Order: sequence, then C-alpha cells, then structure tokens
Amino acid sequence: MSINFIYPEYEVVRNEKRCIKCRACERQCANEVHSYDQEFDCMEAQESQCVDCQRCVTLCPTNALKIVKTNNRYRENANWQQQTMEEIFRQADTGGVLLSSMGTPKDYPNYFDKILINASQVTNPPIDPLREPMESKVFLGKKLNKLEFDENDELLSEIPPQIELEMPIMFSAMSYGSISENAHKSLARAATELGICYNTGEGGLNQDLYQYGANTIVQVASGRFGVHRDYLNAGAAIEIKMGQGAKPGIGGHLPGKKIQEKVSRTRMIPVGVDAISPAPHHDIYSIEDLRQLIFSLKEATNYKKPVIVKIAAVHNVAAIASGIARSGADIISIDGFRGGTGAAPTRIRDNVGIPIELALAAVDQRLRDEKIRNDVSIVVGGSIRNSADVVKAIALGADAVYIGTAALLALGCHLCRTCHTGKCNWGIATQREDLVKRLNPDIGSRRLVNLVSAWNHEIMEMMGGMGINSIEALKGNRLMLRGIGMSAKELEIFGIAHAGE
Amino acid sequence: MIIEGKDIYFADLNKAIKQADASEVTVNNIIGQRYIGSGVQGKNLILHGTPGNALGAYLDNCNITVYGNVQDAVGDTMNNGEIIVHGNGGDTLGYAMRGGVIYVKGNGGYRVGIHMKEYQENKPVLVVGGRVGSFLGEYQAGGILVVLGLGVDNSFPTGNYCGTGMHGGVMYIRSDVPPQNPLPHLLIRECAREDLTEIQPFIKNYCSYFNILEADIFNKPFYKITPGGGNHYNTIYAHN
Ligand code: SF4
Ligand code: SF4
Repeated sequence: MSINFIYPEYEVVRNEKRCIKCRACERQCANEVHSYDQEFDCMEAQESQCVDCQRCVTLCPTNALKIVKTNNRYRENANWQQQTMEEIFRQADTGGVLLSSMGTPKDYPNYFDKILINASQVTNPPIDPLREPMESKVFLGKKLNKLEFDENDELLSEIPPQIELEMPIMFSAMSYGSISENAHKSLARAATELGICYNTGEGGLNQDLYQYGANTIVQVASGRFGVHRDYLNAGAAIEIKMGQGAKPGIGGHLPGKKIQEKVSRTRMIPVGVDAISPAPHHDIYSIEDLRQLIFSLKEATNYKKPVIVKIAAVHNVAAIASGIARSGADIISIDGFRGGTGAAPTRIRDNVGIPIELALAAVDQRLRDEKIRNDVSIVVGGSIRNSADVVKAIALGADAVYIGTAALLALGCHLCRTCHTGKCNWGIATQREDLVKRLNPDIGSRRLVNLVSAWNHEIMEMMGGMGINSIEALKGNRLMLRGIGMSAKELEIFGIAHAGE
Repeated sequence: MIIEGKDIYFADLNKAIKQADASEVTVNNIIGQRYIGSGVQGKNLILHGTPGNALGAYLDNCNITVYGNVQDAVGDTMNNGEIIVHGNGGDTLGYAMRGGVIYVKGNGGYRVGIHMKEYQENKPVLVVGGRVGSFLGEYQAGGILVVLGLGVDNSFPTGNYCGTGMHGGVMYIRSDVPPQNPLPHLLIRECAREDLTEIQPFIKNYCSYFNILEADIFNKPFYKITPGGGNHYNTIYAHN
C-alpha cells in the first residue's frame, strides 16, 4: 500500500480525568472513530475518520471530549493552501472526481452582509409589532393586473391558483433518499403547524406524508421519480426542478445502495437500482418546451395547482427568468450558488453559479422593466441564514424565501459537510435505521417551528422599525436598503444607494 | 360520444373530454392539440387525426387509440393503460413510463423509452414496429423496449448510442444484423425463440392491432440488450 499523504484534519482531545469510559462516543460515531482498548482500559480514537460532526462531543455525559482542527500544517503558501494540496493528494490517490456536500465553504463575498436595513426616525413612525396589526401572510402565484366585476359587483375574473403562506418562508427541496424519513416528517409537521410549505424534492412522497399535502410542494425532475397523478394532485403546488444552486448544470444521482425498501416505494423504482436524474430534461430544449411540461402538469391537475420552475442562479439568470415568466409558470424559484446539497462535485459547487443576492436583484429588475413582474412570484434560496437575510431578500424583490441548510441546522446538523457518505450521525442525511431514529420528529418539528416563528417575529420587528406593516409593502422596496463597502457597479446591480447617501 | 376536434383550443378540447359523460370518447379531426388524455380517468379515447405533444401524459386508468401519427413525449410518466398508435411516434416516446403498454405501428423518433422504469407489479412495455432514432432507452432503468424493425433490411433499426446510460430493464430488437459499435456497458446476445416468451403476448397484440402476420415477425432474429454488471458511477468519485 502506498503512503497516505493526508494528515488527519481533526484531533480528538479526550480529557482523561473526566472520561468515565462509558463508551457513549463509540456507540454514537458512525464513522467508527472511537474504540475501547480492553487491555489498557482506555478509549482510543482513529482520528483520520473524524469529520467533526460534534455528535460525540454533544453526547458525552462528562464533557470529556473536544474536537479541534489540527494545527499540523503543510508548508503552505498563499497560493497552495493545505486544502488545495490535499485535494491534489486525494485525486492522485484515487483518480476520482471530488465529491462534497452542503454549500460551498469558499470565501466568496456575501452581499447580504454588505446591505443595511433602514428604520424610521421622527417623520414616519415605527410600528410596534407586539401591539399593532402586522401582516406577514403572502400569496404566491400569478397576480392579475386588473379585476373585472359584473353589474352586481360579482367577481368575473378567474384568480390564478395561489399558495397561501402565513409567513414568507418555506423549507426548500430535500428529497427523501437524500435526507431521512424522520427529517421529512419533521419538515412536514412543522410546515403544517406554521402554515407554510415544505418541498418533497425529487424523491416522491411517502404515503404517510400525504396527510400534510396542503403544506407540501411536490417536485418533478428529469428522472420523474415518484411522479404520478395522485402525487401531482396531493400538494399545494408543483415544482419543476430545472437546476440547483449548488450544482448548476449537474443532475442528481442517488446510488443504488441508498435505495432501500422505503425509498424505493416513494421513488417508485426497484430496491438497489441507481436513481439517475440528469441535468437536462430531454424533452426541454427551449422555453416553448418548458411551457409544454408546465401545461401537461396543469392539465393533469385541472389548472388547480400553481407551477413553480426552479433554476440555479447563473450568469444569464435575468434573461432566463424572463423566458420562464412567459412560459406559463406561476412562480420562479431561484437557487443561489451557496445553496446546500446532499452531494455535488466539489469543483462545480465551488466555482459555478452566482450569489442569490445578485441574481434576485437582476431578475426582479428585468421583470419590472418588461412589465411582467406580476405574472410570477419569485422565491429565492441558496443560503438564507437568518431573518435579516429574509428582510433584505424581500426588499430586493423576493415574494418569499426557501431555507434548507438553516432548517437542517435546527434539526441538529452541525455542517460537517459529509452528507454524501450516508453516515450522518444526526439522523438527517442517512438511511441507516439506527441513525435515522436518533432524530425524533416530535422534537425536530418543534425546533423548526421555534426557529421559523422566531424569525417571523424578528421580521415583523424589522418591518415595524421601518414603519411598514405588511410583507407586501416591503416587497421590492429597495429604498429601505443601503450598501456598505460596495463598488458603484455592485450598487447599480442592486439598485440601492450607498450608506450615507 | 363524439367530439369534433377541428378548430378547438387544446384546453377546451381536453375539458370536453374530461367532462364527457361516456366511457368511450371519439375525437375526430384532431389538429395537433396537446396533452390529450392527461388527467383523464376511466375512459377509452379513440382519436382520429394528429394529436400534439404529451399525449397521455401521466396516463392512469385510461386507454387511447390513435388513427394517425403522434408527436413528441407520448405517454410521459404514464402509470398504466394502453396507447395504440396506427402511425408513427415522435421523440421521447414513453418518457419515464412506469406502467402500461404503448404500441406504435410505424417508427419512433429520438430518445424513445428514455428513463423508462419499472416498479413492483408495474412493468412498462413499449413496442415500435419500424425503426427508431438515436439514444433508444437512454437511462432506461426498467421495463421492456421492443423494436421490430419492420421494413428495415440489413441494418440495425436503432440510431446511435442505443442504451446509453441504461442501467435496468431490457430491450429486444429484431434485426438481420447485429448492432454496429454497441456501447461497452451493454450485454447483447441473439435470442433463441424461447428467450422471447416474455414479449410473445405483446407481439401477438401488435399483430392483431395492426393486422400483421406473426410469422412475418419471427422470420428474423431478435437481439436482447441488457445493462452489464458493475456500477461505474460509484467508482468515479473521491470523497472530499
Ligand atoms: S465523526 Fe463526529 S462522532 Fe465521530 S469522533 Fe468525529 S465528531 Fe465525534
Ligand atoms: S446533514 Fe448530517 S452529514 Fe450532512 S452536514 Fe449536517 S450533520 Fe453532517
């Protein structure tokens, strides 16, 4: 065997005075880092396998453990950093395409952090959200430019189908298969309690979860997993997945070994067969073709469900969105390049696509310029991290946001970024029964409800501060934003002034 | 019940079909209206003319007979039922179908049977009488694709890249010559008559629907194509 060039990234530091050798860490670690040495009566650690998921640290009853990033360094320089060198070692070892999970860890600019929110002083009084009426409800779907009534004031116009949300936040698409049954249950229950929606992703819908249909968005991707008439009619809306922020231009591939009995049932494919969902929909080569898929779905659901088209934020996103708005879609969902994923080629994740903030500003402006902004709602995702990001996104023109990574963090994810190994110690990105049951859907859904309710409250506080009492009045209200430390070009794309102006 | 298909907008036509209070609906003079049969339940549709794209999409509990040619994406994600086409089919015929049977008397276009998959008791079958374009059975994950190559002599009746990405299911191709340049991940062998029992009933139906002698089908060899073992997707990645 050749030498392994890669030094373990983490050190397992065990405080021997505190350790009572209960072996909880050994039982908790699916990466088999910890073991007990009978002969010397001590715990040992295979550090090279540790991914710093913090499970053992959290569960250690005596706080005897900590995981620290090793300070052993290669002789790195500004150009050749340790990570860069290790990736070369890995590929030289295996000849493989590098595969990673979760959003890109690279240090690209985060424009949400360069945008500041306004508040009223003196002239336009703030509103106290605890005691005064404040509307966080939103409707997603095509809005009519005018309403027609007959002589008895009865509405003649047919209102296009809408998704009604109690607050402008939804859980983004994560398929059953990429995440566990208990993670899906947690999301479905929380969405129902919050009056929002979660999204099945492209893995079909578990029979047990049909009861949450009114709060479910069902997804249709190129592989059409689990798609059938009942599925299409089960949800509040249908989302066509054209792309994903973490891997624009790349499709999905769930290896056969992750397709066990239950996953096979929801995907409607045999056990153990690879689920391949390539990036191209081979029936869609144009906006006209997209229109065809949209209307075949509308026909199959008698025009009762809004259709969402989800794309990744890429360079020409504004022009693409303009085409989608004309294709008959009711909602466009745009996923920024910092968005999470269960598995993506590292190079794609870290180099392809653009930040959601820029994509959103460009799309909203383009649709306004072309006077078709009311024809579609815009939902954005791709690393919305807190309620301030939500407020900024809405002021930049979004109707609502999708949160994925933040929702998983609420469920216990510690961002170890190894979802693709299928050994998630927190019971989220895994199908191993013993691991899945670590996530209790009662607790999981409660934590999600807590998180989103807290955000909603914060959103109302920020809106109140601006003297705004509804999401509708905040939407596209770029006057409420100022840039800090941005170039003139960046400010121009965002359509906002610099702080101090 | 009979509906006149000329000069009627697709949405109105489909609405009329869905609302028709009859188990059998005939539509005459169809001029390219799309999505016919999508979302229709418990009906037999007899169609004269040329239905447009996505005929029978998500088909469930419904049968369709077409006297004419059909266009693209026929039977997209169909769940069960039967589609019989007395003419030619277009591209992505039977896209992701998971159950039911499609019979096309004549030829098929590009990417016929793409993403076809089977599930539990559902095993889709697609029979094309003539030849098909390139990428037959692309990403095929299950089900049976049959290409009879009627009227094609001395050439394999599929285009290039037959079975690319195929990882399940089976194809039976009738041809007097073996495939040229077959893709390396496929297993291809000439069948003996007893290997054809699986498709016998479908060939019988094909012959009776389109008035063709069964003997004229079995006068040439069939090649059976299945994906080879080994999963090359799992070996191309390095965890990072
Ligand atoms: S992988 Fe997680 S559970 Fe295992 S040792 Fe590392 S931090 Fe602890
Ligand atoms: S979901 Fe699990 S495997 Fe993925 S990053 Fe979070 S803790 Fe790690």
